Amino acid sequence: MLTFVLKRLASTIPVILIAITVCFFILRLAPGGPFDQERALPPDVLANLRAYYHLNDPLIVQYLRYLLRLAQLDLGPSFVTKDFTVAQQIAIGLPYTLIVGGSAFFLAIVGGITAGIYGALYQNRSADWLIAIVAMAGLVVPNFLVAPILQLVFGVHLAWLPVGGWGDGSIRFLAMPVVVLALPHIARISRLMRGSLIETLNSNFIKTATAKGIGRRRVVLKHALRPALTPVVSYLGPAASYLLTGSIVVEQIFGIPGIGRYFVQAALNRDYGMVLGTVVFYMALIVVLNLLVDLAYAWLDPKVRQR
Amino acid sequence: MSLYAGKRQALEEAFIERDDAIPRGKPRSVSRDALRRLRANKAAMTAIVIFALIVIAAIVGPHLVPYDFETPDWSAFTAPPSIESGHYFGTDQNGRDLLARTLYGTRVSLLVALIATTVSVVVGVLYGAIAGFAGGRVDSAMMRFVDVMYALPYILFVILLMVMFGRNVFLLFAAIGLLEWLTMARIVRGQTLSLKEKEFVEAARAGGVSNFAIILRHIVPNLVGPVVIYATLTIPEIVVTESFLSYLGFGVQEPLTSLGTLISEGAAALGAADWLLLFPGGVLIVMLLALAFIGDGLRDAFDPKDR
Repeated sequence: MLTFVLKRLASTIPVILIAITVCFFILRLAPGGPFDQERALPPDVLANLRAYYHLNDPLIVQYLRYLLRLAQLDLGPSFVTKDFTVAQQIAIGLPYTLIVGGSAFFLAIVGGITAGIYGALYQNRSADWLIAIVAMAGLVVPNFLVAPILQLVFGVHLAWLPVGGWGDGSIRFLAMPVVVLALPHIARISRLMRGSLIETLNSNFIKTATAKGIGRRRVVLKHALRPALTPVVSYLGPAASYLLTGSIVVEQIFGIPGIGRYFVQAALNRDYGMVLGTVVFYMALIVVLNLLVDLAYAWLDPKVRQR
Repeated sequence: MSLYAGKRQALEEAFIERDDAIPRGKPRSVSRDALRRLRANKAAMTAIVIFALIVIAAIVGPHLVPYDFETPDWSAFTAPPSIESGHYFGTDQNGRDLLARTLYGTRVSLLVALIATTVSVVVGVLYGAIAGFAGGRVDSAMMRFVDVMYALPYILFVILLMVMFGRNVFLLFAAIGLLEWLTMARIVRGQTLSLKEKEFVEAARAGGVSNFAIILRHIVPNLVGPVVIYATLTIPEIVVTESFLSYLGFGVQEPLTSLGTLISEGAAALGAADWLLLFPGGVLIVMLLALAFIGDGLRDAFDPKDR
């Protein structure tokens, strides 16, 4: 088991390395720099700043220096936000991103699986059609359009929920961002679940169980559910990384102070250190999440475990 | 973005590992066969008609409506939709006719999607065909690169590209096309692997045709089906990406407009002028739904498993 985990982690190092390299050079080739301001800095100050951050060295030297620092798990200073290192800024934003993303993940799993089971058990009835239509809409309509429509209905006209912001972090503030973030994944998971449960319910061991006189509820929950879950679980890895990157949009729309907002701000300000640091952090998080999903998969499917 | 991930997976499963048996019995033309099946698909045909109407409206519409998309009507600021005044979709805060703006924005969105999709098709087809045709070490090195690119979080890179090319929208989307070719390359490679063993390729080689000419003249024309399907799935992805960037305020800038820019303006006027969000949003939803149904229909029509 441990070798499996270590091997998986090792195999992602080149991917992260390439991501860093690409980001590094795109950022440096982009016009503008972290010290461009409305009022230009005096040339001496600018020269000192550039020297302090080693921006006058050849690019390749800067690149290697960054990698060296990263190898010591140091994300370095922010170029724009004074007094904060990149790691500190990420630590400030992380709880918000994790709360929103985690709730959306949970909602997507519970909502998607429930809707999927319902759709499979009541095939082609009106409820099934309704779920299918909502799922189609959830998949096709992008989140930056769902969000303002929900804000319009629930925030402005019905005035049930605040339009945005974090407030006290209560469920009233969380409801809309979480639903918006989870919606496409509820849709996807419900489709996967419905298809795979229908297939499972048609297989022989379910017929045997039914023939033995076990109740319908028990057959579905005890026998069919677990094998039917495998495609859902294999989707959870990609889903986790989509949620993570999708939260960039949602944080922006609802004004939630998570990492995604820092990332967008940093990209606009050419905050080299912060952008690279966030990318590294995102990639690491995605790697870990994927690993967890793989472990869950192995737990669920004995065929995978034996390999 | 996440919307089409599942479809992408299904497509890959359908095409990549395709190990075709030689069709028995009377040979049928693949494309004519597919066309017949497509015509029988009512949902897809309706979607094609709707999409065609949108495209025609986007091309000729701006010339037909009584108002111009950037000239203010001094007698109507933030006017709600009305038939009498000729502002069928209402006007925005600057008195500009929303119908004209929506038509024009649709045109820009489609144009941008066309550019990015063309780039992604050209790069993906050539890359995949070369990898598949070369085979061996070249192939595995090239596909290894694709795997690594896949692992990079898409939105992060889109935002970085935006930083780099922010000044020129069309350049930006050409660059986004360069991120979108990966799945195309995988599909094309899979097809090429089986195509290059066919007799007609052998004949061409025996006739002394150069490798590159074989790829262009004999392999690529046989890839039309999957390429067309995947291209129809790429268009909505790009439309969404464009709208997303414009929504955040980074994509298409004034005086040009796009659906995303309009939606963003509408979201800003939430509660005060709902029509500014609802009309462009509605057009985007209809367009995305139509494209989704077209993509589904084409996939069903070309699906090799169905033959």
